[in-house]
Amino acid sequence: MTAATAAAGSSSRRGLDLPRGARIGLAVAAILAGALLPLFVDGGGGFIDDATVALAYVVMALGLNIIVGFAGLLDLGYVAFFAIGAYTMGYFGSLFHITANHGKGIHILVSGPAANLPGIHLNFLIIIVLAIVATTIAGMVIGLPTLRLRGDYIAIVTLAFGEIVQRIAINGDEIKAFGTQLTAGRQGITPVDKIDLPFLAPFTSLELRPWYWVAFALVLIALFVNFRLRDSRLGRAWIALREDEVAAVSMGVPLVKTKLLAYGTGAAFGGVSGAFLGSYLNTVNADQFQFSFSIFVLAMIILGGLGSIWGVVVGAVVLSFINNRLIPDVLNDVPAKIGLNFDLTELSFGIFGFLLVIMMVLRPEGLIPERRRQIELQSGIEDLAVAEESVYEAKVP
Amino acid sequence: MAATSLPAAQPRALRAVRKFASQYGLIAVLLIMPVAFGIHDLRSEGDLSRLGNNLVDGLSNGSIWALVAIGYTLVYGIVELINFAHGEVFMLGSFVSAGFFGTIGLTAATGVPGLVAGLVLTLLVSMIALGVLNVMIERVAYRPLRNAPKLAPLITAVGFSFILQNVGLLWRGGSQQGIEDLIDSQKELVNFVGLSITHGDMLAIAVTIPLVLAMTAFISRSRLGKAMRATAQDPDAARLMGINVDTTISATFLLGGMLAGAAGLIYALYQTTIWYFQGFTAGLIAFTAAVMGGIGNIRGAVLGGLIIGGIQQISDNRIGSEWTPAIVFAYLVLIMVFKPSGLLGEQTREAG
Repeated sequence: MTAATAAAGSSSRRGLDLPRGARIGLAVAAILAGALLPLFVDGGGGFIDDATVALAYVVMALGLNIIVGFAGLLDLGYVAFFAIGAYTMGYFGSLFHITANHGKGIHILVSGPAANLPGIHLNFLIIIVLAIVATTIAGMVIGLPTLRLRGDYIAIVTLAFGEIVQRIAINGDEIKAFGTQLTAGRQGITPVDKIDLPFLAPFTSLELRPWYWVAFALVLIALFVNFRLRDSRLGRAWIALREDEVAAVSMGVPLVKTKLLAYGTGAAFGGVSGAFLGSYLNTVNADQFQFSFSIFVLAMIILGGLGSIWGVVVGAVVLSFINNRLIPDVLNDVPAKIGLNFDLTELSFGIFGFLLVIMMVLRPEGLIPERRRQIELQSGIEDLAVAEESVYEAKVP
Repeated sequence: MAATSLPAAQPRALRAVRKFASQYGLIAVLLIMPVAFGIHDLRSEGDLSRLGNNLVDGLSNGSIWALVAIGYTLVYGIVELINFAHGEVFMLGSFVSAGFFGTIGLTAATGVPGLVAGLVLTLLVSMIALGVLNVMIERVAYRPLRNAPKLAPLITAVGFSFILQNVGLLWRGGSQQGIEDLIDSQKELVNFVGLSITHGDMLAIAVTIPLVLAMTAFISRSRLGKAMRATAQDPDAARLMGINVDTTISATFLLGGMLAGAAGLIYALYQTTIWYFQGFTAGLIAFTAAVMGGIGNIRGAVLGGLIIGGIQQISDNRIGSEWTPAIVFAYLVLIMVFKPSGLLGEQTREAG
């Protein structure tokens, strides 16, 4: 038993220890492959659609990874940031505020069809900045009541916030402020402006490649920020807080600032991704922002490996393809074939729940574990084994 | 624990304000809604019967939340885990009860003796089935992770809650289902100074009070209850004293599941509609109740359940039921801000 765990531990550790050159090569190859992928597939097809959504989910998962993976604050209300980002897009890039400026509309740096419509229309880049500001503030506000709390309590407070945001999104059509509704509720804000970048023609829903590349660029930025943050003073402070809060605080890590920055940065990625998805999916609908989505994103980072940046990328891509392609398109008629009467899509969250349980019981460190966490998990077991052995030996005369 | 993380030197006035807020802030926050609507009622209608009726309904609803909240509080007290799947166990309690009394042929036309006997039988079946289910969940999802980082069992709990939700979805489909109104739950039984007490209210109170009394007696008197309290205090020391910690934890989950099963039956009879998603909201509401009372404290869970029931009814009746979850969760956040240890709770390791 002990020999087996030790062997398993050392083999998987050896498997990860690629030389630095090989790792950089692998990363560059992955990025090149990702960037060139759209050239080889149909620009309006289902695959590139799924891939674009997957990339948006990667951005979101990388954000949640900062909160949960780096700082160890279990956030079960991440969907709130998705919602706030998406509503920023809806507010400032659609017909939603149709009475703005006496029906003539407000337009800042927009071209194409949106330039002549009523409502507020801002350039996508401005909206991204606004979404980042809004979600960072929201993240810090959500973080404030959790500062005194730890562990499970943080989970439940963030969950409560996520639910409150969802309730406001659903019922916001009852609330009137400044002549317009707060949200469009379950009907959704639609249509939403297409992305309009300087020097490029406005995007269309027929040609999906530009969307893919924008999402890919967002992923690259998110990756860069993640790596730089992880290796920075702030990143080390997060990890110190995650490992032992009391010790970290007594070593001079500023608790309030560090935690709030984790919430704020993590939330900002959710906002960016939410704004992108709002435009890409062409709707901002309250039904998108359910608790199960928070769990969906959480499952991505658990599957990939908490705190491990590449693991999170893999986990997000895998899960989003399982959700958008494998379950609805490939496996959906399996229950019917074996004589059961239900849709597999209904059960997708049961499947994700099952995945969470299996991962936690069998491989809690994830597919591509973060080195620190892996060592912690495995050396913990080994130390225990050693201790047992020594007790056993002591009994033998 | 919070003391280490907060700056130590504070002006005396600020400290006094903080102390005052943490002592009375929660109570003040709790009183806002009833007092505001009470004044409103007195102004517009001249008496408090509407508020009173809200509170009566709140008590019976709250007794359901109390039963579920005890499950949370027992489990949290002993393994320091929020059993996210508990709401779903409650939901399956409704499903099992509805399925069982359908199978044994209870209808609204059954005579009173038959109905009482059938419902008692249903109650027992539901309690046993869900108690066993809860024990099995603990075996599969939590026990293997007892020495893992704290995040791990929480995540399997969330996972299990989704699995059970989908079991419910497969069982009864995705829409709300009406079930036979066995006890004529909205019929008025007594009218006492303008307060109308219905069959449903009576049932909720009549099942909850004996169960809660039995539970507290069990925990404070029996040997196993003593073992549970010892394990909650210090699992390692309990083990050294010869207590079988695994059995004790299983027993805790059994008790929690049984109460959730009972709550499921009451809910099904009281509301006469059930659906697979009822457990999610109910779980969160009951958890809020447990935290409000002070987690780990059974009397606190009951008190919290009743208070939350009142808040929920007032909000359903005055503000709109679509806002009720948001209001309850806002209360949860406020409790966390003012007094994480709850009304009756002591300071715990987590919520210092």
